[in-house]
Amino acid sequence: MSTPLLSARDVSKRFGGRVACRDVSFDLWPGEVLGIVGESGSGKTTLLNCLAGRLLPDGGSVTYETRSAGSVDVHRLSEARRRLLARTEWGFVNQDAREGLRMGVSAGANIGERLMAVGARHYGEIRGQAADWMGRVEIDVERLDDRPTTYSGGMRQRLQIARNLVSNPRLVFMDEPTGGLDVSVQARILDLLRGLVEGLHLSVVLVTHDLGVARLLTHRLMVMQGGTVVEQGLTDQVLDDPQHPYTQMLVASILPV
Amino acid sequence: MPDATIQDTPSQDAAYNYGYLDEQTKRMIRRAILKAVAVPGYQVPFGGREMPLPYGWGTGGIQVTAAIIGREDTLKVIDQGADDTTNAVSIRRFFARVAQVATTTHTKEATIIQTRHRVPETPLTDGQILVFQVPIPEPLRMLEPRETETRTLHALSEYGVMQVSLYESIARHGRIAKTYNYPVMVNGRYIMSPSPIPKFDNPKLDRSPALQLYGAGREKRIYAVPPHTPVNSLDFDDHPFEVETWTESCELCGSTESFLDEMIVDDTGKRLFVCSDTDYCESRR
Repeated sequence: MSTPLLSARDVSKRFGGRVACRDVSFDLWPGEVLGIVGESGSGKTTLLNCLAGRLLPDGGSVTYETRSAGSVDVHRLSEARRRLLARTEWGFVNQDAREGLRMGVSAGANIGERLMAVGARHYGEIRGQAADWMGRVEIDVERLDDRPTTYSGGMRQRLQIARNLVSNPRLVFMDEPTGGLDVSVQARILDLLRGLVEGLHLSVVLVTHDLGVARLLTHRLMVMQGGTVVEQGLTDQVLDDPQHPYTQMLVASILPV
Repeated sequence: MPDATIQDTPSQDAAYNYGYLDEQTKRMIRRAILKAVAVPGYQVPFGGREMPLPYGWGTGGIQVTAAIIGREDTLKVIDQGADDTTNAVSIRRFFARVAQVATTTHTKEATIIQTRHRVPETPLTDGQILVFQVPIPEPLRMLEPRETETRTLHALSEYGVMQVSLYESIARHGRIAKTYNYPVMVNGRYIMSPSPIPKFDNPKLDRSPALQLYGAGREKRIYAVPPHTPVNSLDFDDHPFEVETWTESCELCGSTESFLDEMIVDDTGKRLFVCSDTDYCESRR
């Protein structure tokens, strides 16, 4: 564990005159779950897209330690290498499952896509793995040949997680994975995610505005306001003893039940 | 600049340049063809012209034929395997008039064969050119509607999504149910739409001694498979590619090897099977 899996150095992104994120630096270690919290518009998703190579930052660098090829600068890779990295070593879970899934094909094909993209050509084996993953994300295997359009919101989100994890990634980016789901479904997904993250020794960068989700899932927390990181530290420390006025306000604004 | 040879032929319709298209257009199309041949399976954009027939009737194929045809050529045109359908007859007459070429219905005698929906049953030979009319040149179009994205997928050889469509077919039908326009991998690099030929004809494309040119008029794309190029139909290890088979034989010539059309011949639903390739069928009777 001598090298971090992902390091960001002074990552900045502007849209015209508007600063979306400024000079964000951090290291993510193998097996660690890093939460990025902040209100809407604070630059969380932009930062996530910059980290995942989906957006080119205006300044700074993102380095990733690959399985076999040593460390690489994510934004200096050729597009082909970056896309390969994104579908073999990474996963990306969208808030809206429809963006991350192919709604027109069955759940099995959705899960199998990454396998086929890297050359799997045995239908029976692909299907077997898809069925296995359906079980691991707690979807009834009977639904394997159904399209995600017939799934509930929570099932779609679980399917999206399975589709990402099938290629055995080391790093998963999640953008509000439980946003827009009702509370009991959220709880099940959080439970599932916690089990998978521990079981597979995944590293996760998790964007959320829900401090409850951050408390449950993350080890470390970065608080963003207006595109800059105002506070970071161990999750419990940040949430129980917030130092920055904005973090104090965030923590104080959780509605008591 | 007018073609010098035109003045020598009094029978040439003076209103048109030789081969209907003007020389600049033919040159542009030939350039596209050369590029297509150099990069087998790659779709080369070209400036498609208005032709004297509607899109979907073979404007792409006609432009390719017009760009490559010369006086020494012998042209055969087939539509769904037949030489005597409206489309085939009118395209053949068009070129007889604007290019003064000999026409034939015999596959063996033809130097250029323009085709829609079939590859002739008679094996093609060195020096022959097969020109396909293509409605939708992009094999990934139904899976990925964005042109920018399909181009990226081709450029990076990212073809997982094509395999997903075959997976989906097996999941739903128990087998790969696609019977025509069955996607192929050309020379191990580009996935290509073989135009809406039945998958029965796919094996004929593989390492064919004839040059295959594909023209899509509406979409303005030309692509090609040079002679002796490997063309493999996509499949799964445990669901290999298979062609259609029939338990019947041709009612007219008795062939058990050719692609058969099923026809209903009377009001009581009597059916018979005949070869779709009329030239092949006639030569066997």
